[in-house]
Amino acid sequence: MAKQQEPGNGHSEAERRQRAARRPPDNIRQLDNRRSPGRQPPQHNPSSEGKSSSGRPSAPERANSKRPASNRSSEMVRQQTAAGRPQGARVKYPVKRSPAVMPHKDEGGDRQNKKEGKTRRFYDYSLLFTIIFLTVFGLVMIYSSSSYSAQLRYHDAGYFMKRQGVIALGSFVLMLIVSKIDYHFYAKFVYLAYGASYLLMALAMWSPLGVEVNGKKRWLKLGPGIQIQPTELVKIALILLIAVVITQMGTKINEFSSLLKIAALALPLAVMVAMNNLSSGIIILGITFVMCFVASKLHWPFIVCTGAAAAVFAFAGPLATALEKIGLLQGYQLRRIHVWLDPEAFPQDGGYQVLQGLYAIGSGGLVGKGLGESIQKLGFVPEAQNDMVFSIICEELGIFGAISVILIFLFMIYRFMLIASNAPDLFGAMLVVGVMGHIGIQVILNIAVVTNTIPNTGITLPFISYGGTSVLFLMMEMGMVLSVSNRIKLQK
Amino acid sequence: MNVNQTFHRWKTAILYVILSLMMIGLAGRLVYLMIYRSAYYTAKAEDLHLRERTIKAARGRILDRNGTVLADNRTVCTISVIHNQIKEPEETIAVLCRELELSEEEVRKKVEKRSSREVIATNVEKALGDKIRSCQLAGVKVDEDYKRYYPYDSLASKVLGFTGGDNQGVIGLEVKYEEFLKGTNGTILTLADAAGVELKDGREERIEPQAGKDLLTSLDVNIQQYAQQLAYETMEKKNAKGVSILVMNPQNGEIFALVNVPEFNLNTPFVLDQNLVSESAQQKALQETAEGMDAQERRNRMWRNSCVSDTYEPGSTFKVITAAAGLEAGVVALEDRFSCPGFRIVEDRKIRCHKVGGHGAENFLQGMMNSCNPVLIDVGQRLGVDEYYQYFEQFDLKGKTGIDIPGEASTIMHKKEAMGPVELATVSFGQSFQITPVQLVATVSSIINGGKRVTPHFGVEAKSSDGTWMHQFSYPVGKEILSAETSAKMRYILEQVVSEGSGKKAAIEGYRIGGKTATSEKLPRSRKKYISSFIGFAPADNPQVIALITIDEPEGIYYGGTIAAPVIADLFRNILPILGIQESANSG
Repeated sequence: MAKQQEPGNGHSEAERRQRAARRPPDNIRQLDNRRSPGRQPPQHNPSSEGKSSSGRPSAPERANSKRPASNRSSEMVRQQTAAGRPQGARVKYPVKRSPAVMPHKDEGGDRQNKKEGKTRRFYDYSLLFTIIFLTVFGLVMIYSSSSYSAQLRYHDAGYFMKRQGVIALGSFVLMLIVSKIDYHFYAKFVYLAYGASYLLMALAMWSPLGVEVNGKKRWLKLGPGIQIQPTELVKIALILLIAVVITQMGTKINEFSSLLKIAALALPLAVMVAMNNLSSGIIILGITFVMCFVASKLHWPFIVCTGAAAAVFAFAGPLATALEKIGLLQGYQLRRIHVWLDPEAFPQDGGYQVLQGLYAIGSGGLVGKGLGESIQKLGFVPEAQNDMVFSIICEELGIFGAISVILIFLFMIYRFMLIASNAPDLFGAMLVVGVMGHIGIQVILNIAVVTNTIPNTGITLPFISYGGTSVLFLMMEMGMVLSVSNRIKLQK
Repeated sequence: MNVNQTFHRWKTAILYVILSLMMIGLAGRLVYLMIYRSAYYTAKAEDLHLRERTIKAARGRILDRNGTVLADNRTVCTISVIHNQIKEPEETIAVLCRELELSEEEVRKKVEKRSSREVIATNVEKALGDKIRSCQLAGVKVDEDYKRYYPYDSLASKVLGFTGGDNQGVIGLEVKYEEFLKGTNGTILTLADAAGVELKDGREERIEPQAGKDLLTSLDVNIQQYAQQLAYETMEKKNAKGVSILVMNPQNGEIFALVNVPEFNLNTPFVLDQNLVSESAQQKALQETAEGMDAQERRNRMWRNSCVSDTYEPGSTFKVITAAAGLEAGVVALEDRFSCPGFRIVEDRKIRCHKVGGHGAENFLQGMMNSCNPVLIDVGQRLGVDEYYQYFEQFDLKGKTGIDIPGEASTIMHKKEAMGPVELATVSFGQSFQITPVQLVATVSSIINGGKRVTPHFGVEAKSSDGTWMHQFSYPVGKEILSAETSAKMRYILEQVVSEGSGKKAAIEGYRIGGKTATSEKLPRSRKKYISSFIGFAPADNPQVIALITIDEPEGIYYGGTIAAPVIADLFRNILPILGIQESANSG
């Protein structure tokens, strides 16, 4: 990591120059600056006791907590107080850059800065290790759950594990590189990525490049043996786009019309994705929802949405029947709802996967059968290394193993929260919030599907389920989060 | 300045709390599924994973009245190879060829065939199977199995029956007592994957099989063997198509022996044309083959128990029934005078006596001793259709005896409305209707045993081999069909028949024997084929054993009194000591 520091900084240096010359970052900053007076000054929150008191005094507090009161430049102060909000972004970069030249050998506190010994950059090693742990644990579980069927099908018990391992390793290196690139760099490409998302989705759906599996066109063939799922790209593109858009909107985000604008950006893409992959569509909407929720001071739209979702969830059965009658819901979707409500009534068609997953989970018991001892993976749970891998974790490692996995994800999300809270600007914060929403929602949906808490829909467990595209783009997201964490300044 | 940031922090924290709560909720759901529903889903999953392999239960044995085993189980082995477990194919082929005496080519083909399991040999003796197992060849499986085994080969074959491929009874007692004999199969439960392939080192559970119950029968191997020997001798000597001998206890219906020669070997029940000791039987077999009769149809005929499943015109032996009815009704007494001119005209028919010149003047007893048709016709006419029919039904002649062997035939009798004096006359001396030999024996037993109807049977009790479980079979006995007085008279008459009448050849020195001869003409009468028979019992004053012999189509002399009666005499001479029946002091 330290080795990459300098090239990274070199890069950042170049970026800075670029940024100075080019539009988008300036644009963001200008927007921020333009908006900031309306938003930031204390008079904007006139003498409301809570706000003014929590507003101003908190800055010194935080400053104090992070660095002992020693010689700080006025710029530094401003930057620190502005951390997490875009206003400071303008002044931040130059400041950042100058100490960044210094090599950071170690995260240890005794690291010496040649020019400014008091400032060092944060890098979230806890998150890094969580990622490493989850990925390696994922490989173990992929091997455990797939070795039997891989042996039968490919005469190589490690087939899936090896493939995933190679991709994960490559993605990990990529993640490290990404984490050392200033995340503002990506902001330049958001509209390109947004456009590319449409293009790739369209290609996958309507061009000969699309590969149909089980009646769903989710794959895009890029070359011999290389297939990707464009939806994974869509997720990351959307996180970036919404982060940029929210940053640009500034205080306007507190207006309902702005929320509608963002919804208008996300919805067509979500619908397009949902046509072939309902769960990914839900995740895309969920990410948008979460990011808006965090950014906006409005509450009622989110409460209304949550209430509506809860109502749909509670009355899914009758509602689905009604929707099917008026033709809004396909027959197979209605059956899925019925399967969800009573899987044992449909042991063969539809309920099979869910039921086999429940057998696996239920037979795990308190401590499980032991790693590698699952029987449900022996062809009973279809493609156990994919969406249903969590059920095999339950069967082999028991309730302790399963809850441990959930706790690790909770810790990961906790790290996201910390990074988002301390992010140097709004763009970084929103980026991390988006990733946080993505991981959180996907983990929750996956476990909910596997435990038959919600109707069955194909969704992978991040870092653990088998899937090359998934791990590649997840690692990119992690790289960005780490990059944001790396922009957090610590002071001695 | 920091309001917005604090706000975002606050919102992020809320988001975190919400996500955490949802995950905690899911963890709660996991706790529910994995702890509270664990037993339910574990059971369901087990159900899914366990593959059943059946362990055959040993079938119950069939024993004679003294405990001699008539049907047993033998452990046999099935030798098979599993291709991808074989390590040394050449050695395996060599050993299998040597031990099983099979051609190398045949074994090689099976050993080298890529299949999950190839059977090399079945029904291999256990000793040989053990020897092959001890060679410890990888990929060679020796599975043990039970096979029904009949130590006496063809003895009582049509009574015992045999078992089919699944060890289920096919005919005879094996079918009738299937529920007791078959036992409960055990199972080996092994874990298997979704394709049903058993897992290596998988847990294995055994549910032990429960052996079937032993069936104790009333048969006596010695009597059966002796009766069978006599039957074969008679069949050969008289060039008959078949000979049946039924030996029974007239007091309770227990059957000591039931021979139907030619018998077949129960260990090879599908081989046709077994034990054809007479030329006529061989010719019959040749003729059937020439006619292109289906092999299965011929097997069914071979397996047929003619004493139970075939009816015949009983002829003169049935005069016992007519006499009993007449005496019981009081329409005739022993001293009543009759006259036999050699025929009797009933309505427009002239019915002949077997003695062309007639017996002349005789009393009823003499009429029975002479087996005189006109005397019995007269007795029948005195009874009239109504009364005769009533006795026919009272003696339980109309239905089946209820013998515990499947396939019993019913009596074929005139309808009462269709019976005129002519039919009554012919029925009176045992013609124009058909009953089974076992029905005749059962009815005559009832007449001579004091008037109690008996149910002929083999099964005495079923018991587990360790003696912890026992079930005694019960049969309806004792229905009064005749007065004891009439019964005594009948015993007296039948003893006279043997001592001085047509059944003289059945007499044995030192024993009081009762009996009645018969020579029935087979239909159509023009063929001049006969069934000679004799029914005899001993001791005449207190019958302990009754025996019926029927000789199907004897050649040469065919009179029952001449050829059938001596066989029963021979039989009784040998079996009475076995049955513990003492010689009586005042034998006649």
